[in-house]
This record gives sequence, C-alpha cells and structure tokens, in this order.
Amino acid sequence: MNVGRASRRSLAKLISAFAGARVVTAAGESVLDLPGQAIYYANHSSHLDFLTIWAALPAELQQRARPVAAQDYWGAGVRKAFAEQIFNAYLVERHGSSSRRQRTSDSGVSPKGQVEGMAEVLAAGDSLIIFPEGTRGDGDTIAAFHGGLYKLARLHPEVPVVPVTLANLGRILPKGEVIPVPHLSTVIFGEPLHLDPDEDRQTFLARAREVLVESLAKHQGPQSTDTPGQDDGVPDSHSQARQDDL
Amino acid sequence: MSGWELGLLDASSLKLLGGVVVVLVLATVIAWLLGRRLGTTGTIVNLKQRINAWWLMVALIGAVLAAGETVTIVLFLLLSLLALREFITISPTGRGDHKVLVWLVFIIPAVHYWFLWEHWYGMFSVFIPVYAFLFLPARNALAGQTTGFLQRTAAIQWALMVCVYALSYAPALLQLPVAMEAGRDAAEGSAPGTGGATGAQLLLFLLIVVQGSDVLQYVWGKTLGKHPIAPSVSPNKTWEGFIGGVLSATALGAALWWVTPFTPLMAALLAFISCVMGFAGGLVMSAIKRDRGIKDFGSTIPGHGGIMDRLDSLCFAAPVFFHAVRFFYT
Repeated sequence: MNVGRASRRSLAKLISAFAGARVVTAAGESVLDLPGQAIYYANHSSHLDFLTIWAALPAELQQRARPVAAQDYWGAGVRKAFAEQIFNAYLVERHGSSSRRQRTSDSGVSPKGQVEGMAEVLAAGDSLIIFPEGTRGDGDTIAAFHGGLYKLARLHPEVPVVPVTLANLGRILPKGEVIPVPHLSTVIFGEPLHLDPDEDRQTFLARAREVLVESLAKHQGPQSTDTPGQDDGVPDSHSQARQDDL
Repeated sequence: MSGWELGLLDASSLKLLGGVVVVLVLATVIAWLLGRRLGTTGTIVNLKQRINAWWLMVALIGAVLAAGETVTIVLFLLLSLLALREFITISPTGRGDHKVLVWLVFIIPAVHYWFLWEHWYGMFSVFIPVYAFLFLPARNALAGQTTGFLQRTAAIQWALMVCVYALSYAPALLQLPVAMEAGRDAAEGSAPGTGGATGAQLLLFLLIVVQGSDVLQYVWGKTLGKHPIAPSVSPNKTWEGFIGGVLSATALGAALWWVTPFTPLMAALLAFISCVMGFAGGLVMSAIKRDRGIKDFGSTIPGHGGIMDRLDSLCFAAPVFFHAVRFFYT
C-alpha cells in the first residue's frame, strides 16, 4: 500500500515534470484550495490530459479522483491495466456504441447508463475527472459540451463542479501523433461552479464552457499560425459536427 | 600552481570557484541584513531566491567539471533541451510542425553534442548551420502546412541556433586547449578530457565574466540607472548599467588573466567582447519576450525565471569568445 502510494506520487511528479506543468488557480496562486470531492471537467486535446490533471492534484485528493476514460480506447489489454490499476479510471462507453463506424453522427446524447454509472462513483464519495467535449480537439478551440456534466451536476448538486483548463498540452501530444514533444504546459484550477436549481442544460453547459474558453485564451501560448481559417478561436457551438478520434 | 587535480579542476580553477563562493557568502549575508532592516519585501524575497539559485548553479558547474568533460557535455545537452522546451513553447508552432519538433528536440541536439564530445570540430561547427538548417524546413514543407510557414520555420531555426548551437560553444571551450597546444589538426578527433584543466579555466573565465557582467549591470542599473537604452524593449537596461557593468566586468576579466593563457590586455579585450555580446543576448531575448507578451521564459530557476532567462547572455557570448580564442591562439 505504502509502496504503491509512494510510486504513484513519483509517477505523478514524473508526469508533471515531463509536461512542464505549472499548476495555478484562476487568480494565479500556486497554492490550491480544492474541495474534498469534486467533478473536475477540462478541455481535451491530448492523451496526456487526464494524466496531467491526475498528477496535478494534491496526494489526498488524487487517491479519490477517478478519471473517466473511453472504453473503446482504454478498455482492453495493457491500456486497460494501466488505466484501471494505476489511475483508478472509470471506463465508459461513448456515444451509445463501442463501434466506431456507427458513430457518424454526434448528437451529444450519452448512452443509457453512462451517467448513472458516473453518478454512482460520486455517491461513493469519489471525485470524477471528465472531458465534456467527448473527444480530443485541436488544442486551440473548445467544442460544444455533451450533456453528461449537466446531468451529473443535477443528480449531485452538493458536489462542486471545478473547471480545469489545460494549456499547451495539445502541443505536447496532438491528436494523431505518437511521440510527445516537451513544451511548458499550464494547469489552471478555476473557481468551483454550482448549478442553479432552475438553470437549464444549455445555459449551464455554455457557462461551464465559457470559463474554459476565457482561461485558455489567457494562458495558452501564442496561437499557432498553421491552422488555416482560424479566427477568434471559438467554435460555432452546438451545431458543429465534429470528427472523432483518429 | 600545485599538482592538485580533480577531473578538469586544478588549483587555479579551485581558486576561481573559491572566489565565487566568497562573493556568494557576502551576497547571502548582505541579503540577510537587508531583509532584517527592510522587512521581507518582494524584492528581498526575489534577491534571496536568486542568491540561493546561484549557490546551486555554482555547485552544479563545480561538480560537473570535477566529474570530467563527458559529464559537463551531458549537463549542457540537458540545459539545451530545457531551453529548447521554453523556446518552442513561446514559438508560433502548431500541430503541423509536430514531426519537425520531434527531430528538433530528440535527434538533432543529441547528434550535435555527440560531434562535440568527439572533438570533431569540422562537423560540430557545420552540422546545425548547414545540415539541420536545410533539413528542417524541407521536412516541414513535406508536412504540407503552408500558413505561416516562414515564421514557423524561422522560429524553429532560431530556437536551434540559440538553445543548442550557440549554447554548446560553452562546453566546446573544454577542447580548445588541445588546438592551442598541439595545433588544429591534432585537436580534430582528440579524446574527450584532453583539454584538461586549461579547458575548465577557459569555461570558468567566460562564465564568471559573462554572468558577473549580468549581475554588475543589474547592480549599476539599479543604483545609478537613468537613461534607458531601448525603452520599448526593456526599461531595466540603462546606459549607466550597461557602461558600468561592462567596464567593471572587463576589469574583472583582466584581473583574472593569471588563470588564462592570455596576457592581461588580451584577457581584458576578450572579457570586453564577451560582455558586449552578453548584453546583446539579453537585449535580443527581452525583445522576443516582449513580442510574445511574457515576462520570463519559464519558472525553472527560482528568482531568475526560466533556463533561457539565465543563459541568454552566455548564448551570445560563448560562440564569439570561442572563435576569438581559436583565431588568436591556435
């Protein structure tokens, strides 16, 4: 147990060092004041994302934080062992099907049982790390959010929803690349959000997303100049059709 | 000089390091006294952090020189990689550059430092400016992203130039004595470590003069500085700081002539050139930081900022110092 714990801490340090991760609050403080239990949600552009958030958490919170990972990628073989044994990941099926080909349309509707399962994790007292975009983006823009974040907040209004902005991680290991290239990244823990009792799904998800958009614009390094047609970095929300992971 | 030796360190180098330690002890005491009189203000905290970091950096350079040329080269390779990481973070590169960045970070610096370690001057001096500089844009053109191509390519080459090529001239000084004593032909391919104690003295001379110049410019600038040299780039760089710092660091270099193969006049001249180059390096890096809207390159060294914030002057001074010595003494 102690050996496992010590080696997890060493692994966390190693991940943070490789990602050059500077961990700050939204106000720029380096000392985190995080709630004991939370739903952490973050922008998603890299396979390193959940590792980095996990590594950035203080030891006592890290033990009870469960990253939500996709069954179709992390659900078998070495990856499964890696995700479940070391990071205590909670594996979910995405988009109602484990078959990639059937997922041509992206309705933003989570498969039945997915949210219930995550709610059970919260009911057991653990925290969740989720990526409401549902898939990795280009690192500069943040796609529309899926509804799971809202449903979890509705089912467990007592659990604070903590925004986590990941800046520059998509440059370390962009989608479709195999070898990570070191950059300095920043992990920004924002002020916890609470769902208003009469707040509807659209409003809450837009509000939650806007926190990340603003924080990313502030902390991401220079915008890359290699993306043709890139304008203000904010995608057309909700109507946008997205490609899934390569 | 007695026969004491440890790795590349001999009695003279030890005296140099001892002198630095004395200065650091004084600085530590002064900072402590200032802290007691003025209270723990932000400036005092930063000053103490800076001095503590100096202790670590001096200990590190002493340790690697004692361990020999190979270990020293490995240290500078690591510094190059850390500097490169800071540099590409602020560069306008994106996903389309990823494959080129893999070459830039994982392959080219290692090959370059390998040539350096082999004392293969012919290859060490042209590998990056010829082969890498022509290869990288070609590889990037193959990747197919043309938007901002010139800016991205230029940023990648400049990162390589400053963080790897220029910085590696500092450990290259370790092999220069072979060419100074046995001629350029004999130096080509000589064994690592053959530069001996003289190499370590050259490196320490450069480090002390250039970093000393940085500190002295800071001190002169803080006390007497009034007229900024380039206010749009850095309000902290003043004519008073520049002239005072460069002249006093030149005097420091001249005073250290006994540890070098140079005459006092030549030591002063080389120190002067190095200080002016070091100033230029700091100015250029300030302009880059100003352009990218950042204050520091990173936060690796507490109180100083990133690796590049500390090494900016050395990157500009080392290549010129190396080639000046090579031109006049081999």
